Amino acid sequence: MYALVRGCKGNVTTEVSNVETQVDVAGVDPAEVKQAERRERWLRRLPLLPALIFTIIVTQVPFVIALWISLNDWAFLTPDPIEFVGLDNYFSIPDNSRFVDSIINTFWITFGTAFLSTVLATGLAIALDKKFIGQSLVRTLLITPFLTMPVAASLIWRNSILDVRFGFVNFILTDLGFEPFETSASPLLTVLVFSIWQWTPFLMLILLAGLQSQPPSVLEAARVDGASNSAIFFQITLPHLRPYLELGALLSSIFLIQTFDAVDQLVGGAIGAQNIPFFVHQRAIGGAFQFGEASAFGVVVVIASIILATFSLRVLSGLLDGEDL
Amino acid sequence: MSGVSDEIVGVNTRWSTLTASVVGWAAAVVFFFPIFWMVHTSFKTEEDAQSLDPVFFFSPSLDRYREVSADFGGNLSAVEAFTNSLSVVLVSTFLVLLMGIPAAYALTIRPVEKWRDVLFFFISTKFLPIAAAIVPLFFFADAIPYPTLGLPFLDTDDLLGTRLGLTIVYTAFNLPLGVWMMRSFFEEVPRELIEAAQIDGASITSQLRSVILPIVSPGIAATALLSFIFAWNEFFLALNLTAADTATVPIWVTGTVDGRGQFFAKLSAAATMASIPVIAAGWIAQKRLVRGLALGAIK
Repeated sequence: MYALVRGCKGNVTTEVSNVETQVDVAGVDPAEVKQAERRERWLRRLPLLPALIFTIIVTQVPFVIALWISLNDWAFLTPDPIEFVGLDNYFSIPDNSRFVDSIINTFWITFGTAFLSTVLATGLAIALDKKFIGQSLVRTLLITPFLTMPVAASLIWRNSILDVRFGFVNFILTDLGFEPFETSASPLLTVLVFSIWQWTPFLMLILLAGLQSQPPSVLEAARVDGASNSAIFFQITLPHLRPYLELGALLSSIFLIQTFDAVDQLVGGAIGAQNIPFFVHQRAIGGAFQFGEASAFGVVVVIASIILATFSLRVLSGLLDGEDL
Repeated sequence: MSGVSDEIVGVNTRWSTLTASVVGWAAAVVFFFPIFWMVHTSFKTEEDAQSLDPVFFFSPSLDRYREVSADFGGNLSAVEAFTNSLSVVLVSTFLVLLMGIPAAYALTIRPVEKWRDVLFFFISTKFLPIAAAIVPLFFFADAIPYPTLGLPFLDTDDLLGTRLGLTIVYTAFNLPLGVWMMRSFFEEVPRELIEAAQIDGASITSQLRSVILPIVSPGIAATALLSFIFAWNEFFLALNLTAADTATVPIWVTGTVDGRGQFFAKLSAAATMASIPVIAAGWIAQKRLVRGLALGAIK
């Protein structure tokens, strides 16, 4: 997968470091110099190798195996032998409307949440950038949803908060004369609201750090020149926040695209909210045990994430080139 | 500038401070409410927790905490779950530091050739959907017979349903973040300091101890904090890769949901116990958390 990403990365240039060899070249056998250089290079690589080898084995090898499994018809629970079927598992994907739906739901959960959370977080970060009474307490309370164990929070939301009869939100809704909210009627919306609750604090922290790094002198100057608040926001603050917005959206998307806990525990895997991680899990270990088919879905997802990763790595690469935010 | 415009600016500032505090406090109440309600409910009786009208005032009791902590025998007990989680999380965090720190060193202080590509390889693994690898990982970690294709290294029945399998996967899960974060801290070590130490004839070990370590130690703390948070809260892999007796805290929490009886208060008690370690760590280390979450990109 990485080779593909790297191929698309384009603007990243490879920097070959100078190998400093402390060998007196004059009067020394060139073969010995070469050997010393090679030794020096390996000495440099040595501290990197455990992490690199470990990561390759644990993260890349399973995908190679998944690729092989995807070429087989392998129903784990039946006594039928594993049968090599070539690309059949892939050809049947377009007919599987639930897989297609799960892609659409993943899109909503990932980008819908990332976008709405970013908008909300920008507003909150602007508020918290001002000084007011209890500001640090507000900040502490606001980041707590992000820290709470997602499974625990999902179950609390499902029962104590959103239950049709005993949930707190429905106490309020029925008191105000509305119909109670039923998670089973709109599971995707439920997952979205929950994810926004979880991720807005994270984005707020990053954007707040961005706002606080803004040089006050620039804002002063703009104000003295008579710039309006909205002009200051759109022409100075927003461009300054841009790298923080990119970083926040990117990092939250990396995690949101893997959303599983909320789909599984908050809405009980309701069909309307099933996303790719849930669907692949269900086709494999979560019930269907169709390993070949599930792995084919997995491989398609990997290809899709390569596209996302290519875009994202470009953002990260810009950050790396730069300039610390 | 005239006094009038100063006054307008003053009014503006006061007004915007008021707006900020109203918005801030309202958001804090809304965002924190589910957690408040969780803790609040955990001290209720099941009848109060699951009543047709919200109960605000009651005499708090710790009984639900006792109930969820009790060992029922057969099921995963709280003590087992916390022991499993702690050992998996602490060992994997240690391994992330053990491999991540030298790797970050080799990507900054004495960089290998193509260090950028290596760095991007690490982060690209975070984009891989775990779901796609779950079938092979399942075979590595679970105790069921499976075809090894005649390859002896695929025959890993010993890892099966053990804590070691989960530890290995969590380490791989957090290592890329660890490398990126540690790298940003190593970048801050002034090259002149290292050169000066070299000229003084300091060995690599003493350079590390006296020059580099003091500067990067906040980074080590931030990396450890983040690995701890992500591993402690992880559910998907734990669900797929653990057996009944090796399951971790997130699995234990789901076990308190009772299909037949009332369970809201017990669930709240378990959820509170499960969430406290990470919430406490995050509250205490808020500054570290921000830099850590941004992979070190925010100073």
